[in-house]
Amino acid sequence: MDEQKEKMEKSLSALYDKYAETIARNMPEAMNNAREAAIGYFKENGFPKRGSERYKYTDVAEAYTRGYGYSFTPFMPKTDRQFMFRCTVPNLDTYIVTIINGWLDAENTQVADGVVATSIENGAKLYPDLFNKYYNRQAEKRTDSTIALNTAFSRSGLFLYIPDNLVVDKPIQIINIMLGPRPMMINQRNLVIAGRGSQSKILLCDHTQTEQKFLLNNVSEIALQQDAKLDCYNIQNFNDQSSQISTLMFEQEANSHLLTNTLTLHGHFVRNNLEVLLKGEHAEANIYGLSLPKGTQHVDNYTFIDHAVPNCNSYELYKNILNDESTGAFSGYVLVRKDAQKTNAMQTNKNICITKSAKIYTKPQLEIYADDVKCSHGATVGQLDDTALFYMQQRGIGKDEARMMLMSAFAHEVVSAIDIPALAERYKEMIENRLRGKQTDCGDCMMHCNKK
Amino acid sequence: MLTIKDLRASIDGKPILKGINLHINAGEIHAIMGPNGSGKSTLSSVLTGNSRFTVDGGEVTFLGKNLLELPPEDRARMGLFMSFQYPVEIPGVSMVNFMRAAVNEKRKFNGQPPISAQDYLKMMREKSQLVEIDSRLTSRSVNEGFSGGEKKKNEIFQMAMLEPRLSILDETDSGLDIDALRIVANGVNKLKTPETSAIVITHYQRLLDYIVPDVVHVLYNGQIVKTGGKELALELEKKGYDWIKSEFDNK
Repeated sequence: MDEQKEKMEKSLSALYDKYAETIARNMPEAMNNAREAAIGYFKENGFPKRGSERYKYTDVAEAYTRGYGYSFTPFMPKTDRQFMFRCTVPNLDTYIVTIINGWLDAENTQVADGVVATSIENGAKLYPDLFNKYYNRQAEKRTDSTIALNTAFSRSGLFLYIPDNLVVDKPIQIINIMLGPRPMMINQRNLVIAGRGSQSKILLCDHTQTEQKFLLNNVSEIALQQDAKLDCYNIQNFNDQSSQISTLMFEQEANSHLLTNTLTLHGHFVRNNLEVLLKGEHAEANIYGLSLPKGTQHVDNYTFIDHAVPNCNSYELYKNILNDESTGAFSGYVLVRKDAQKTNAMQTNKNICITKSAKIYTKPQLEIYADDVKCSHGATVGQLDDTALFYMQQRGIGKDEARMMLMSAFAHEVVSAIDIPALAERYKEMIENRLRGKQTDCGDCMMHCNKK
Repeated sequence: MLTIKDLRASIDGKPILKGINLHINAGEIHAIMGPNGSGKSTLSSVLTGNSRFTVDGGEVTFLGKNLLELPPEDRARMGLFMSFQYPVEIPGVSMVNFMRAAVNEKRKFNGQPPISAQDYLKMMREKSQLVEIDSRLTSRSVNEGFSGGEKKKNEIFQMAMLEPRLSILDETDSGLDIDALRIVANGVNKLKTPETSAIVITHYQRLLDYIVPDVVHVLYNGQIVKTGGKELALELEKKGYDWIKSEFDNK
């Protein structure tokens, strides 16, 4: 295995060296300027090692050694438009942004007046000041070579700008579709800027449309300017052969308000990096996540909340329901810097292992350098409550149904944090379908089961 | 309705029930009294199918069926109900959904279609009035944050919703103040029909002032050691259990 990893490290480095010119062609200067340092970091460090601080429980290299093709030019097979309509959430009207294999599909993208949704390279042309200010600002931290790989290779992705004070009337649904005849690796790079005082909701839906295995390494840098309010819902629903390393890096200026909710339903290997930098006072971040791995799935949620200034609040709740032989991990790193007085930081991780062979690793990590703060963390691992099961059976509810109800109830706390009622209903339905092991008619994706 | 013959049961290898015999006809209320640790709650657990207990022998027939070979949910669907001594809190499961699932499972078992939303809501309203439970409670998660009295009322509310043939009230009076006790007992009495029976498990005579039993049994050391009319309960209240203990421990 180690040999394979080394080989993969070498071949990725060689791939970059061979195609450096192609990769940089027609791309913004800011992106190209960052590539050399990024690939240099990767060459020096290789894949993150299992057991390292950030990847304690996850061998990310394994996801890379499964053999993928790579495309430096847009590879966008025609997708069945019907497929996208199936992503419709009942009673939820959304703007649609379509991304196919990492590339923006402008034809199938329509957003509110004033909102800018364009390809990342086009965004750099249209808004050079914003682009140069925010691009790679967070990703440059050099803590993770998967992020470095993205910075080095990426030629595709979304630039989304919500101008100052704009209140977007409907959620913006970003449908990320992967499809193709062969296994494929994708490095998608997004830049999202929520302008001062703007209010918006983003719905990220990741799907595989074909049964091939994909590796999606997507990095999104998301800036909330002063007084901005942003909700970001992330629904991961790949086929079970595919893997994803998803990195969402938020930076929040003063009085900004962030709500995120990450739902992981399928996927062979899923690693979610969610980082929040609270850099303006009175900023608030509410971070929720739910994963439901089964089979031999591995889902690892890594969160890093950086309280850099005083008077910010963060609240974090992650839950896992693990079935079969699946493994899950949660690492929650909260850093309260020396000046960040009056910080409120709460973190909770709760897990249910349905089977004896399912495993969960949980690692809260609080580093506090300020003295006037309120911080808490807690982690629990348990089974379904037998007394509750019996209580329900005594009312005539069959054991399987009772288990189902208890699992849905466990998930409820995360679902109830969703601020869009129709989406909360959809979440609930997807979770139930997922827990019932329902495969829908439309392949692996639970999103389409209402329309066909 | 229910016939128990020589029922023996244990937990973790420790025998608790040591040969129970009991026969209950339709329309009868039987009180089971006895000191702590005599096996009262074990009996209700075994009848309802709690897998923590092992049945070591004996027979139980309920409505002509061998009760012990049925899973707990089928026993419930046939019409066996237990009001729990310690009702379980189930955060995230709303009373409304919980009861709808239970009502529909029973209907399915009896070959009936699921209840319509309208009928269900009407039923919820009527039954909650019957047991004087605050209708706001029924919109919350099952028992979550309920007071002791509310939990017991909620048990009787569920009993009203499910219309069981045989109800086991397992120390329903424990932890109730006198008003709650009256409300709970009224609920039970209102639900009483000539076709339904009840087993009332209690330490005290108090509850039996409200729910008047036809037969009173004394359970001691895993056996029914005395059976009588309602006056037996009064006698126990006066004399305590010690005279029964000494009578049988000396045997």
